[in-house]
Amino acid sequence: MSATQPKMELPREEKALVAALSSLGEKVKLAFAKPNRIKIFAERNDVVEVSRFIRDNLHFDHCANVTGTDFPKDKQIEITYHFGSIDGEGLRRIILSLACKVPSADARLPSLINEFPSVELHERETAEMLGVVFDGHPNLKRLLLPEDWNDIPPMLKAYRLPGRLEGE
Amino acid sequence: MPVGATGISTQQVEEDKLVVSIGPQHPGAGHFRFTITVEGDMIVDVLPDPGYVHRGAEKQTEYRNYTQSIPLLERSSLTDVTNIIGPYSLAAEELMGIEIPPRAQYLRMIMSENQRIISHLYWLGIQAIFLGHSTMFMWPLGDRDLLIDLGEMIGGARITYSYWIPGGVRNDIPGNFKERALKTYDYFEKRLVDYERIFFENPLFLKRTQGVGVLKREEAIRFGVVGPVLRASDVKSDTRLDEPYCLYKDVNFEVPVYKECDTWARCMVHLFEMRQSIRIIRQILEKIPSGSVRVKLSPQQRTRPGEAYARVEASRGAMAFHIISDGGTKPYRTKISVPSFRNLIVLKKLLIGSHVADMPAIYWSLDYWPVEADR
Amino acid sequence: MVAQQVETKKPGTAREGPGLSILVGKMKEVIQWAIADPMTYLANWGRLYSLWPVHLETACCSIEFGAVSGSRYDCERFGILEAFGSLRQCDLIVVHGTVTRKMAPRLRWIYDQMPEPKWVIAMGACSITGGVYFDSYNVLPGVDQVVPVDVYVPGCPPRPEELIDAFVMLQDKIRKSNIR
Repeated sequence: MSATQPKMELPREEKALVAALSSLGEKVKLAFAKPNRIKIFAERNDVVEVSRFIRDNLHFDHCANVTGTDFPKDKQIEITYHFGSIDGEGLRRIILSLACKVPSADARLPSLINEFPSVELHERETAEMLGVVFDGHPNLKRLLLPEDWNDIPPMLKAYRLPGRLEGE
Repeated sequence: MPVGATGISTQQVEEDKLVVSIGPQHPGAGHFRFTITVEGDMIVDVLPDPGYVHRGAEKQTEYRNYTQSIPLLERSSLTDVTNIIGPYSLAAEELMGIEIPPRAQYLRMIMSENQRIISHLYWLGIQAIFLGHSTMFMWPLGDRDLLIDLGEMIGGARITYSYWIPGGVRNDIPGNFKERALKTYDYFEKRLVDYERIFFENPLFLKRTQGVGVLKREEAIRFGVVGPVLRASDVKSDTRLDEPYCLYKDVNFEVPVYKECDTWARCMVHLFEMRQSIRIIRQILEKIPSGSVRVKLSPQQRTRPGEAYARVEASRGAMAFHIISDGGTKPYRTKISVPSFRNLIVLKKLLIGSHVADMPAIYWSLDYWPVEADR
Repeated sequence: MVAQQVETKKPGTAREGPGLSILVGKMKEVIQWAIADPMTYLANWGRLYSLWPVHLETACCSIEFGAVSGSRYDCERFGILEAFGSLRQCDLIVVHGTVTRKMAPRLRWIYDQMPEPKWVIAMGACSITGGVYFDSYNVLPGVDQVVPVDVYVPGCPPRPEELIDAFVMLQDKIRKSNIR
């Protein structure tokens, strides 16, 4: 667990969360912890375990959003889950982000659908927009793109919008 | 989609099961399609098929600077234009490191609450016509125009004001706004009583909504639904309370919670919220301070590298933007977390086991707006 | 064969004289004046005040269409009422804004299923050129690639008055058109 220096004093709940997350040891890396927002990184083999820990021990009960970002310079795609909590005491204002970097050449990630059923459609969308395969997802079919989509996934940086020149 | 994916006809899959394709041209569904499997009168399976309005706004923001993206993103939710720009502005301001003057915060709240009523009235009109109540379609859509006039008075355009922008608001309110707004809201509150008498206490409405489409509290939380759907399922959650943005700490309002968890509760939440929005605007108009309304930004405003996740309570629930910046003038990646898309997951849950006749009432009680969901 | 026939009927070489052809020409005018014109007028009159738009919402302009159907703008007084029934009874498509690549084939199916005569109004900048989505990967740059358009309504979204103006322009067009 790498320690970051927050600019301002963290509220009590965030401090407790960071302390609880550090009990996982090397499995999570803290990216930042600021009031209301915490972001951690995990390896893709540990994602399921960390998400279970987040659900059971930290009381984050739903996934608000799944997003993916392509970093062509690092040849990596970062998948981020944003978890929220309804029943956790004082946790409603906090969004806990769990990020996982996967190599672009082998963009696979275990699905969190058994831990958080609310990721179903979000993961489907991320899969088609970035070409990431979520192992274990029961229905990774095309969701938003047209049936005859015949190009690389559009949210990859390699995909240029039609009519836009390089560097525009 | 194994059956009914390409065809537009009804198919018989088993002896007593039919697959019916509904939408995108359909009296109810609009820009959305779902395939239901029916056994007699009961729905046994639902396959939602969104994407008919997927326009790739997220990708387009990567080619536009922060100011140019405003009108583009606004189109993603035209019933709720102020509230979809809200989290975008908050996230961009966090990345730019800007503080917003208090008068601008209050003006944002006025427009946001006005927009909430406009959006709820549109919902009410469509919900009523789904239930076969044409009067309740005509009344809200007529009264909605009065509130649009108020928005037009401030923002200049009819529904696309681009009012809430990074750096504050676009312009100040005109001098006679307070007088006219109070007059409009006085009238509108009287109309809400009429609405209650003619529609919300109507036996037809009660019969068709009570006990229909029950979403229990645990399920609502587990599936991550937001907004009126969540509040109707006995959860007192509202971003304005949970994580107050603007100056919502300074105003008094109540958040409706219903224990019934059914379609009726989801409808009543909307009615309750319209009253509360008026209450908030009245308080703001009393206490709004004078001062500047906008921080001047450069057209090519740079941001610090990093990421921001900001959310507001839009009329359909928590609307959030996740912006990743590489320090340039354009976002590196924008992800919009829209309430409609989050609520879509329970459509399947609610429709399975219900009657075909209950489908329109359940579907629109979720306030699913496909344009917003597909972005 | 055909070319020879045409040559023999040249004015100089005609043997039968001008009388018969003048009579036939007049008969055509008489028939036009006595039967075809009133019938055209009657049919067009019947069509133009009972336009039934399909309930096809392609994108966000549909909320302005909702406002037009509502009580303040009330397009029913111009004889336009949104049809909540089958599209076999409809004769007008108002394309509400953006048409995506997924929606385009559906739009064409719906157009093909409608009986003649039928008209199309392209509402909003997106359905004319693509609008703010001009560089999107999933939006058609203009709906006239898919269906023939009669009236274009610019605006993003157009005000209800503009849409009503488009309805009146379409009615003008119908009034002046020939029936087939």
